[in-house]
Amino acid sequence: MYKLVNSCSKSKFIPLLSYPSPAKSANWASSSRNEFSKRNSRFSRVLGGESGRVRSYTSESDKECIEYDVVIVGAGPAGLSAAIRFKQLCQQKDAHLSVCVVEKGAEVGAHILSGNIFEPRALNELFPRWKQEQAPVDVPVTSDNFWLLSQNRAFSIPSPFGNNGNYVISLSQLVRWLGKKAEELGVEIYPGFAASEILCNEHNEVTGIATNDMGVAKDGSRKENYQRGVALKGKFCYSNLYLVCFLQRSFPKLHSIRKRGQGQHQTYALGIKEVWEIDADKHQPGSVLHTLGWPLDQKTYGGSFLYHMKDRQVAVGLVVALNYQNPFLNPYEEYQTLKRHPAIRPLLEGGTVLQYGARTLNEGGFQSIPYPVFPGGAIIGCSAGFLNVPKIKGTHTAMKSGMLAAESAFSMLQEGLKMENYWDNLRSSWIWEELYTARNYRPAFEYGLYPGLALSAVEHYILKGRSPVTLNHGKPDHEATREAQLFSPIEYPKPDDAVSFDIPTSLYRSNTNHDHNQPSHLHLRDPTIPENVNLPKYAGSEARYCPARVYEYIPDETGDLKLQINAQNCLHCKACSIKDPTQNIEWTVPEGGGGPGYTIM
Amino acid sequence: MKIMVAIKRVVDYAVKIRVKPDKSGVETKNVKMSMNPFCEIALEEALRVKELGLASEVVAVSVGPSQFTETLRTGLAMGADRAIHVEAPENIYPLTIAKILKALVDVEKPGLLFLGKQAIDNDQNQTGQMVAGLLKWPQGTFASKVVLDKEKQVATVDREVDGGIETLCLNLPAVITTDLRLNQPRYATLPNIMKAKSKPIKKFTLQDLNIEIKSDLEVVEVTEPPKRKSGVIVSSVDELIDKLKNEARVI
Repeated sequence: MYKLVNSCSKSKFIPLLSYPSPAKSANWASSSRNEFSKRNSRFSRVLGGESGRVRSYTSESDKECIEYDVVIVGAGPAGLSAAIRFKQLCQQKDAHLSVCVVEKGAEVGAHILSGNIFEPRALNELFPRWKQEQAPVDVPVTSDNFWLLSQNRAFSIPSPFGNNGNYVISLSQLVRWLGKKAEELGVEIYPGFAASEILCNEHNEVTGIATNDMGVAKDGSRKENYQRGVALKGKFCYSNLYLVCFLQRSFPKLHSIRKRGQGQHQTYALGIKEVWEIDADKHQPGSVLHTLGWPLDQKTYGGSFLYHMKDRQVAVGLVVALNYQNPFLNPYEEYQTLKRHPAIRPLLEGGTVLQYGARTLNEGGFQSIPYPVFPGGAIIGCSAGFLNVPKIKGTHTAMKSGMLAAESAFSMLQEGLKMENYWDNLRSSWIWEELYTARNYRPAFEYGLYPGLALSAVEHYILKGRSPVTLNHGKPDHEATREAQLFSPIEYPKPDDAVSFDIPTSLYRSNTNHDHNQPSHLHLRDPTIPENVNLPKYAGSEARYCPARVYEYIPDETGDLKLQINAQNCLHCKACSIKDPTQNIEWTVPEGGGGPGYTIM
Repeated sequence: MKIMVAIKRVVDYAVKIRVKPDKSGVETKNVKMSMNPFCEIALEEALRVKELGLASEVVAVSVGPSQFTETLRTGLAMGADRAIHVEAPENIYPLTIAKILKALVDVEKPGLLFLGKQAIDNDQNQTGQMVAGLLKWPQGTFASKVVLDKEKQVATVDREVDGGIETLCLNLPAVITTDLRLNQPRYATLPNIMKAKSKPIKKFTLQDLNIEIKSDLEVVEVTEPPKRKSGVIVSSVDELIDKLKNEARVI
């Protein structure tokens, strides 16, 4: 089935990070894999050496090399839809091409967190019979409320979301279902493996990715179960933005994805969410609520959601845009405050929190779409950024982008068409039209809550997305934080252990874990900046916006505050690498298999 | 010599578990499952013995519903040569598992049977001991070190006991159950996971082995432990003594 070939292929390895990471025992569903025996794969041992942590181009590497036709980073809605679509095309045209998906979570779905009100548009195209195939999409939206909150009251305002025909789902469960479907079609999915490097050849074309080494101790030495990472080479590679950013830094001219795309920087928000099990008499499956206003102030964009799922479960969360100005803002505490609101508290009281988690989401929309094609691959899904902000939905567009990319890759491999075809297909698809219509809502809130609401109402009811102007985003999120001396510290109340909790309690509910004996995956480009800049100028804001208490300023023996990084707590939300004012914090991928363990998020 | 390793699929150790609302057990729906950590250690030890050239083959076995084959695949990816899956309902008690393992031992005739000392879901710590009794084999439980002498057919096992470390010499064939400090299990690498897909998993049913599930035990109720009350700060030694005597009633 495979041949062990000794060959020395010359590939340039762009060193991104060499971390130890691995999945302790990868857990994956087994199903018949007829395609596997047909695939002509070979293991080629590439000889060579590497030098140290930051490697310059080396012509060889000693990582074992496994070849596929398509390699996909991330088993999320976009990655899996791409894999599935590709395999469906293979079946239709009787082609035998191989697809591999690597996923850093311990299982498919373990790192998936989303609201989620699901618009089945893309799923209808991917699996027209999804209902009969028992996709976990079975709670239709029954009511759609929109409230403007003040400290003690809730004012009902017209709901613009149009959720009729949509479903309340757990995206983690849907992604698990997609994973099963993908494996049935012959996609190989490997959870527990983190892609940490992007590989290029001498023409600066991407040839694949490499997973990180496993079993490296905190001090960088090899533990007894050390295993070298593996290179996964593909004729075509769907990468995530994280890896592509490294590519950009190495080849800024060749891969200037932002300039060649819609041009603007990406903007983000941090979403913090819990799934609760509440009393049956309070539960109304399909009931949907969104709020604006309190507890956030008028200069901070964001809002909350409360969706009734099935089995007495409700998803409740707060989304805070990361271009907030006040360094004393603590999104986690704002979320606890939200739950104490007299209109929300009674619903949750007496219930139990099942899971907790957090993740950043892209809010840049149309203006921030990058040019998603690079030689040898493409960027799909939320890595590119197709979230429809006013609708608060990005799953359907992510899935569609994956499907379009798969179609382009298939035509490229079978008919010799160019991958640039993906960009053309994106721009003529419903994703483009939808995001274009939605493009001015988020930027309108740069002017404040009420002007934003007013402008949005004009966009929605009068202009209906046909506005002749396109508003720009404000400053990048990390530049928006203003100095601490301009604000006063916010006193947040202590948790009441009924609807509000402290971070360690919440973190426990995220099932997060990382092997403690590995180097910290959070790097400081300049280790002196936290104490010299972040602390005096911004009051150490990272200790407040991190929803997992990774960053803490602790007094040392002399009484001075020093930054302590509790990397083991990390929820992989990426807020730190987005919001750090000096962009000093670099989030890198830790050992595969670590991180949160979401199942119903 | 063949080595057989018994492995179990349990709720992952990092998952926050909760009791089902009907108190019949722990909620396992939509919860991450993985190989019992002690079973991973047992499998790792078996693989190391084989790599030293002291055994020819490592066979992983598991007893449970069909999802248990996923855990067996992990075992194959770690390096086991073959796997056996005995199709059975969930939550079988240790004595029945021990009888099933004995039946498998009679079929496979291994020289060593490794098990984890206990499963992290029910913490019974009985299966290894029971199967040794049924087989009338010597047993070395809570092993923190295992040294095999192939010629003399003897295993020297260091056991972690309350008083310290006890060293036993066991004549093979023997049963060894593994404790935490025995080794650090290896990772299943991507190439090995791929190779594992083609390794065979043999299926048995309970009828094939002539085992009947019957248990004298019935779970009546599962409840969460009582919530810890918050502590109280006392203002004097007298108050402390008073509270210890009259409230906590420990003196």
